[in-house]
This record gives sequence, C-alpha cells and structure tokens, in this order.
Amino acid sequence: MSTFVLLTVTGVGLGALYFLIASGLSLIYGLMGVLNFAHGAFLTVGAYAMWFTESKLGGIAVLPRFLLGALAGLVVGGVFAALVELVLIRPLYRRHIEQVLVTVGLALATTALVISIWGNDARPVPAPAWLGETTTLLGAHIPNDRWLLIVTAVVVLAGLNAFLRRTRYGLIIRAGVENRAMVTALGIDVRRAFTLVFAIGGVAAALAGVLSNVYFSTVDPSRGTSLLIFAFIVVVIGGLGSLRGTAGAALVVGLVQQYANYYASSGLGDLSVVLLLGLVLLVRPRGLSASFA
Amino acid sequence: MRNVVIPVVLFGVLALVPQFALDLPWIFDGAINTPGTLQLLALCLVFGGLAMSYDLLFGFTGLLSFGHALYFAIGVYVVAIAITKWHVGFYVALALTALIGLVVALVLGAVSLRVGGIAFAMVTLAFAQAGSILVFKNPHGWTGGEEGLGVDYTKLPEGLVGIFNTKHLYWIALVYVACVFAIVRWAVNSSPGHVWQAIRENELRVEVLGLRPYSYKLVSFVLASFLATAGGVVYVLLLGGATPEVTSANFTLTLLVMVVIGGTGTRWGALLGGVLYTWANERLGDASSSHAISSLPSVLRTPLQQPMFVLGVLFILVVFFVPGGLARIGRVRRPRTMERLQEAMQR
Repeated sequence: MSTFVLLTVTGVGLGALYFLIASGLSLIYGLMGVLNFAHGAFLTVGAYAMWFTESKLGGIAVLPRFLLGALAGLVVGGVFAALVELVLIRPLYRRHIEQVLVTVGLALATTALVISIWGNDARPVPAPAWLGETTTLLGAHIPNDRWLLIVTAVVVLAGLNAFLRRTRYGLIIRAGVENRAMVTALGIDVRRAFTLVFAIGGVAAALAGVLSNVYFSTVDPSRGTSLLIFAFIVVVIGGLGSLRGTAGAALVVGLVQQYANYYASSGLGDLSVVLLLGLVLLVRPRGLSASFA
Repeated sequence: MRNVVIPVVLFGVLALVPQFALDLPWIFDGAINTPGTLQLLALCLVFGGLAMSYDLLFGFTGLLSFGHALYFAIGVYVVAIAITKWHVGFYVALALTALIGLVVALVLGAVSLRVGGIAFAMVTLAFAQAGSILVFKNPHGWTGGEEGLGVDYTKLPEGLVGIFNTKHLYWIALVYVACVFAIVRWAVNSSPGHVWQAIRENELRVEVLGLRPYSYKLVSFVLASFLATAGGVVYVLLLGGATPEVTSANFTLTLLVMVVIGGTGTRWGALLGGVLYTWANERLGDASSSHAISSLPSVLRTPLQQPMFVLGVLFILVVFFVPGGLARIGRVRRPRTMERLQEAMQR
C-alpha cells in the first residue's frame, strides 16, 4: 500500500513536470501552428540560469539563494523565449515548416552552447533541506519535492485558466486558437499575442527546468531534450491546443510511467508511454487529428 | 543523356580516389588515399546516402518523420548483435538485418501512417524513442547499453578488416551511395513516384482521383527505411561497432538539418547536404584545436569548439537566407516544396 501511495504521488509529480512543459507547447501550437522544438532549450536555459545564479550567490542562506535562483531562471527563460519569437519566429510569419526548422536548429545550437560553456557533466544544485526530507502519508515516506511539483503545477494550471478565461489577452488567445483569421479581421493585432504566448510558454518551461533541478538535485544539458519528447507525447495524447486535455494526459503519462517502471520492469515505463501513444492514435486517429485543426 | 553522364562520371572519379596520393590541405588532414581520410570520405558518403533516403520521405512524399534514425540504427545494431552475440555468419547476419529492417518498417509504417501531419511526426518520434530506450536498456546484454557494441571482427570477411583495407570499405560506401542515388532517382520517376509527389502537392486530390494515398505512402516509407537500414550496415562495418548515439532523436534531427541545408526534393541536394554536414562536423572538431581558433578570445573560442553549435547556427542562417538549400542557391523564390509541405502538414 505504502509503495502504491509513493508511486502515485511520484507519478503525479512527474505528470506535473510534463504538464509545465506541455502547456506552453500546446498553447504555442494551438495559436501559431508552430511545433516548438526549442521548448527543451527554454527549459535548459532556465535551469542553468537558476544554477548559475545560485552558484554566484555563495555567501547567503540556502532559502533566499534558492528563491533568487528560481526567480532568475524564470525571468531568463521568459525573456529568452520572447526574444526567440521576436527575432527568429516572427520574420518567418506564415511559413510553418521554416519556423519548425528554425526551432530545431535553435534547440541543437543552444544545447551545444551550454555544453561548450559548462561541460557535459551534471552539476549539483543546492536546495533547501526541507525539500530533501520526507512526509509520511498513509504509511508512505514521500519526498517533499513531489509536493512542490504538484502544488506548482496546480497553481500554474489555475493561473493559466484564469488568465485565458478572465482577461482580455486571454480572450484574444482563445479566439486566436479557435480562428486566427477572424481575430485578425476584427482588427486585433494577433501577433502581440504570439510573443505573449511564447513568453508564457518560456516561463512555464523554465519553471519546469527549476523544478527538475530540485527533483534530480542536479542540472545537466541533455535533460531538456529528453523531457521534451515526453511533453510531445503528452501534447499529442491530450490534443494540441487544449489546456485541460494536456493536464489530463500529463497525469496519465506520469502515472503509467511510474507504475510500469515499478510493477513490470524498470525502464519499461518509458516504453509503455510510447505504447499508450500508439494505442490512443490507433483508436482515435480521426478524433485526435480533428482537434489539431 | 546528360542526366546519366554526370552521375556516372562523378561516381567513377570517386571510385579512383584511393589510387591517388593527392594532398588537399585545409580540406583533409592527410593525402586523400590515407586510411584516415578515406574513412572520413566513406562516412560522408554513407550520410549522403542516408540523407537521400530521408529526402525520399520528406522532400518527395511530404512526410515529416522524426524517427528515421530508428531504421538506420536497426542496420547498425542487428548486424553487430547477430555477428557478436548470436554468432551467425556474416552473410546470414546481412540477410537477418534486411528481414528485420523490412518487417519493422512495414509494421511501424502501417501504424504511424494512419495519422498525418504533426501527429505522424510525433508517432514516428515516439517509436524511435522506444528503440533508443531498448538499446540503452541492454536486454540480455545484447546492445551493450551506453557503451555500445563492437563487432567481432574474426567473423567478418578478411577484406573488410584492418586499416589497410579501409579502401574496400570506402568502395562499399561508394556503391551504397550510388545505389541509393539510382534507386531514389528511379523510384521518383516511376509511376508510384509521381503519385508520391502528387500526395505531397495535394493528398485530397489524389484520393478524389481514386487512388489510395495510404498504400503509396507506405511503399515510400518502407523503401526509405530499407535504404536507411542498408546505410546502417555500411556504417557499422566502417566503424567496427555500434554506439547508441545513432538511435537518438537528435540524430534524426541532424538528418533533417542535412536535407534542408542541401535542398529538399532536389536531385543532388540531400546528397550534398549529407556529405557537407558530415565533413563539417568532423573538421570543425579538428579545427577547434588548431592555432587559428585557439588564439581567439574565449568568448568566441568556447562555442566554436562545439561543431553542433556552429552547424545549428548555420542551419538557421540557411533557413533564413537560402530558403531552398544549397542546391537551389541563387534562386530568389521560396521553393514550392516548402509551400506544399506546409499545406500537407496542416491537413
């Protein structure tokens, strides 16, 4: 029983991480039709900005250092993403294939740049001691960082939902996902929403980077790419452009991965997620591609 | 006539390369018939062929796959495993590899082609990722996990072993690339080839004409995958072992980079892109230790020592300023292939 609880909480925590990456991907695809391969790079940039800030603030206590590092990570991730949209994506407006290609090049170049500066090895990231301790729930000793992941993802989901439903910009973004031509025809500059969506996606990805630093207690240059692949799977299972679908799919993928890794055989978790994707697409090929439109 | 003469002359000249001790400073380290240079040249040719097989899918049929590396990796790993772990003979290993490569491509292609556009790209990415996980997981100790797997050279034909026989491997690579070139040219000009290009242009119209795009796409997928598997076989013979990098998603992305740099859907583009990319990747690594680079200030030096950084930036520049790739350099208009692909992706 206690193992099951631990697996469930860890699975939900992992799902939270996937959701943070996939939400931005899904919004960007829904609004702009761009499959953003550079999303993993946003994560990497945010994670390294956090680690770098923390390593420069050697003198102060762990908690403020951690919070400052996290803040720096989010800001750098968001600014980087917005710059990418303005400098690289915008000039190729309406050329989706080229936009995807540019994000591919950016993903490769950013990872290589990070490796060239800080090397290929994982580096330890200091975090408050509380995150390393465990809480007992139904007899299971659960590491506290799982709770941080889950709470953050819930807050982000609620915040994004409120933003999309209650604000004017949210309205424009939702309308743009639904029918971009109509929004433009109504005299609204939808391109400003593009930059905004990229910045939001960048902040969410950087947040995932910061939290993955906590979860793995290290930072390494290849994590962005490996998490991105699962985020892609989540986005496709959940239906591109739908926030709630993404959240649900992230939860399912995280749980399936954890359960299969423990109850079947280690390493099988990743395979079963791939299998799940295959199944979903086989059962509902029309249904899913319909939601892409 | 001209269409046949140029390739024949080019491949003929390339076949004579091991016979001449020509020195090309800057381009290659040693004379072109030294084993080191021959191996680099052979590697360039293998990736040129692989890029052409990818272009068959992407440039000619309009299918954006992110899992092409899987079929290359099947060629690399099945040969290595069959020879080293299953202790079968060389030719049996080749036959097994061809069989497994065909069956996997047929099954996975049949599944993933049920969806189109972005979903297809994602499914192929996921299958390739599954292959990568399998290789890292090292079932029964077959794949060697992260360390890779060396081929038991005592089982190989004598002419393929040893540094003095590099020229034989070079010729095998040349035969491979010539075959891929001929097969792709022939396939694209055949009547199914015309249907592939019609699918790229407008799949709905092909359907309305009473043809089933699904089976044509499957043929294209299986053919491209099989050519990639054959390339994997040449690759593993050339390097004498398998490493897990060839299974990674990044490896497929580099194929995309090669094809786009060279020019999608053109006769020579993919080959050019594959050769140039491989050469640049290798030479940039060497150049980073040269005097010209090491005397630069560290802000410039550090990124320049990562070939992937230079190539990634170069790739972005090509997308921006040479939209048709190197094979279409000098033409101003955005190539039709890109517009068509975009429409195909959005369906």
